[in-house]
Amino acid sequence: MNKTVNQKAWFLVLPVLVLVAFSAVIPLMTVVNYSVQDTFGNNVFFWAGLDWFKQMLHSDRMWNALGRQLSFSAIILAIEVPLGVFVALNMPKKGFWASFCLVVMSLPLLIPWNVVGTIWQIFGRVDIGLLGYALNKLGISYNYTQDFFAAWATVIVMDVWHWTSLVALLAYAGLQSIPDAYYQAAKIDQASRWKVFRYIELPKMMGVLMIAILLRFMDSFMIYTEPFVVTGGGPGNATTFLSIDLVKMALGQFDLGPAAAFSLMYFLVILLISYVFYTVMVNLDKREGK
Amino acid sequence: MAWTYPTAIFFAVIALLLIVFTVLAIRWPETPRVGILRIETTRGDRLFLTLLGSAFINLIWLGLVPAPQPYALLACLVYAAAVFRFV
Repeated sequence: MNKTVNQKAWFLVLPVLVLVAFSAVIPLMTVVNYSVQDTFGNNVFFWAGLDWFKQMLHSDRMWNALGRQLSFSAIILAIEVPLGVFVALNMPKKGFWASFCLVVMSLPLLIPWNVVGTIWQIFGRVDIGLLGYALNKLGISYNYTQDFFAAWATVIVMDVWHWTSLVALLAYAGLQSIPDAYYQAAKIDQASRWKVFRYIELPKMMGVLMIAILLRFMDSFMIYTEPFVVTGGGPGNATTFLSIDLVKMALGQFDLGPAAAFSLMYFLVILLISYVFYTVMVNLDKREGK
Repeated sequence: MAWTYPTAIFFAVIALLLIVFTVLAIRWPETPRVGILRIETTRGDRLFLTLLGSAFINLIWLGLVPAPQPYALLACLVYAAAVFRFV
């Protein structure tokens, strides 16, 4: 029987194309245009060539922000992924408590970014905040507005509090999909708890963990609201991550050209890392499918 | 949007490449192959890798190499040929 060839279904993709064009492609084109020009306002632009890119590539400010950003993402991934897996391993498998844990775990994920920032901003305050006040009374010097270490610790703990649940829920979903037969086989072989984790649970969770790592990496690499609300990028520039620096440059100083060049480089780094993660993920799936 | 001729040409080239590769994919469909990166790639994947790599080559050239920028495009061509041949 001959198959009917009908390509008209492709037209159903049109609304998405239009939407993506307006929300992503056209703004990106505008940024590219800004990155090669200079303006003093009034919508009048002057050609600047690749000067802004050159200036940004030699700017300590951008490299420092990139360094802070990479450190932040690396630290939160190093904490959230093992912690999320640990939580998932210890959650009840079925019954009332399983549902209860799932609901409690998803609560932090429902809170908007700026509210999370406000909660931690107040929580950490030395004068009225429970955390800040208690730590200082215990004799631990803690003030996130003045101390570099305290600011970083606050921002990191806040992110861990907000997003570990996501990793835990994904890992939990991965664990639930493992058939009982695997565990029974491990029991017959008298496998230790560690070996069950290493050879059964971890390989079966790999797919969802890669998704968790990709999501957490992208989100943390673009983080803006929470550290902005808590520390405002301070003390000094201690917690000025890439987006905070970008907004300062684009809106605070109205340096549209350098900010556009900066954001294009930022975009390229995200694109590269996301592509690598995506490729690894797809290849893991294929290997599992074999 | 403050368009300029160079940026218009830049986007036109990318759009043209996408159209050419779409036509190629429709006229001569292909099976993915595994190259030196040990991942399956199609022509489209290789184009993406070429464009992304070229962006980084241009940035590295701008930041580190004193030679004029258009020469970076030659490096990109060599890179593109390598990607389409080996990846």
